[in-house]
Amino acid sequence: MKTELSPRLKLVLYGLLCVLAVPFVFPTWWMVTSSMKPVSDIFAFPPALIPTTYDFSSYADVFRLQPFARQYFNSAYIAAVVTAGTMLVASFSGYAFARIRFPGHNALFLVVLTGLLIPSEVTIVPLFRMFLKWGMINTHWPLILVPIFGAPSVFATFVMRQFFIALPGELEEAARVDGLSRLKIFWTIALPLARPALAAVAIFTFLHSWNLYLEPVVYLSNPSVFTLPQALTQYVDAYGGPMWNIQLAAATLTALPVLLVFIVAQKHFVEGLAHTGLKG
Amino acid sequence: MTADDGSYRRPFWTIERRDGVVGLLFVAPQLVGIVLFVLVPLALVFWYSLHEWNVLANTFTFKGAANYRKLLEDPTLPEVLGATALFSAGLVVLNLGLALALALLVNQKLRGIVVFRTLFFSPVVVSLVAWTIVWGFLLQANGTINGFLGALGIEGPNWLRHPTTAMISVVVVQVFKNVGLNMVLFLAALQGVPNELYEAARVDGAPRFKQFRRITLPLISPTILLTSIITVVGSLQVFAQIAVLTQGGPGVSTTVLVYYLYQQAFQFHLFGYGSTLAILLFVIVLTLTVLQWQMRRRLVFYEN
Repeated sequence: MKTELSPRLKLVLYGLLCVLAVPFVFPTWWMVTSSMKPVSDIFAFPPALIPTTYDFSSYADVFRLQPFARQYFNSAYIAAVVTAGTMLVASFSGYAFARIRFPGHNALFLVVLTGLLIPSEVTIVPLFRMFLKWGMINTHWPLILVPIFGAPSVFATFVMRQFFIALPGELEEAARVDGLSRLKIFWTIALPLARPALAAVAIFTFLHSWNLYLEPVVYLSNPSVFTLPQALTQYVDAYGGPMWNIQLAAATLTALPVLLVFIVAQKHFVEGLAHTGLKG
Repeated sequence: MTADDGSYRRPFWTIERRDGVVGLLFVAPQLVGIVLFVLVPLALVFWYSLHEWNVLANTFTFKGAANYRKLLEDPTLPEVLGATALFSAGLVVLNLGLALALALLVNQKLRGIVVFRTLFFSPVVVSLVAWTIVWGFLLQANGTINGFLGALGIEGPNWLRHPTTAMISVVVVQVFKNVGLNMVLFLAALQGVPNELYEAARVDGAPRFKQFRRITLPLISPTILLTSIITVVGSLQVFAQIAVLTQGGPGVSTTVLVYYLYQQAFQFHLFGYGSTLAILLFVIVLTLTVLQWQMRRRLVFYEN
């Protein structure tokens, strides 16, 4: 499979790649460019790949119709807190399950793994009632607490554990002989080495939180506490039909920053995700 | 540190004891979380399925097996399960097939291949609802996709308003969204296949297809198993795409189990029946995961 390809085959492959790329690239391109067109132009055919006339009024409407800046902040801070919290919880427990022989570690690991087998949709009704009793409906607590400590963080723990298992033990042994405590060894030796695994965990967790939809819809009913995915669907006219230009503008504002970060750091994204014990 | 004169007493805090406590402390936050947010709710969802909870009147009444009888007699449920099976099967087959094809393509030695890799992966980082909204826009009766079809002389359907095309649409939109993730996992597996094996096969004159079947597939089979488990479970959790694109319609043609659960529990406030549907979802996920894990021995090749 690593032989030099003939020029003709190369041409065929490039053609194939370009055609295949269309459904991956065109929607995003269309989202960004259509959001800058006047409403009358967005259903025009053939579509103008670059707007002929620019109209940014839909961007103003995005902020006029909903507290969008507030909603943006909600999504951003929730995703940041969940990502940091998950990295912390998962690296502590992943490290312990990989490196420390404490009583019942095997049984407890199985308990944690049940989180992978139980989709959060299964437990949404009891969780809703629980948070209702705790007075946390229409607050962000359910969107923060459950991902950090509940089922979604188990995958992160698994990734961290796989990484720490593969880490050579000599470094730690030397530190132990020198009398360093476990906490110090973990924090100053093991964790800094785990940067690639932490990066993968951070990416996964951030995207998961940023995309969360069922949970906000269930827990939140007040526009000022909405997160972005939920807010995007609220730009509808009096008949419930979507106001396309405004939805596309809001979608662009939601998607573009993450996409730009990805393009800048894409090497770390792709390689980080591919090399973290996920190879089975 | 050996005690040779009997006067030496082992300190209470031996390394083992200290490790035991530290280990438990390290896993404690996650364990408490799993118990509180996963295991207790799982037990409660069984309990709720035997009850009806009226939020407005705040009554919680025991109903015995009534919700389970309702489950068996619900005339909509067979259609919902059919839609769920169709969605999951379509998604898993298309996703894994396309992911493998893309991984093989972007594994070729071509200049600028990294650019294509990035492009195929990019929808993974686009906000899910944003991605779905754009496709909803493209799939309108007078939308861009039908515009292109019209230019080719084909009259495109109103994609999201016919049962068959609506199902195809939600599957395809979801495949393009996340296939890049599986592509990257397959790519890592492909790059892990030792090159000498291919060289040996070439010396023996094995054709490319045979190399793929006899070398590539067996060696990446652990990754195929893992990605298929993740993809199957993920396909059963689809919610946002359905809610945004079709609201389960037309009729119930795209009402998958999770969406039905949401409707029953949170739109019709039938929390007891919603919990019963949650149990059904749990049983399905568990069964499929166990089945796939069982197939591991028959289908997956391990080097050691």
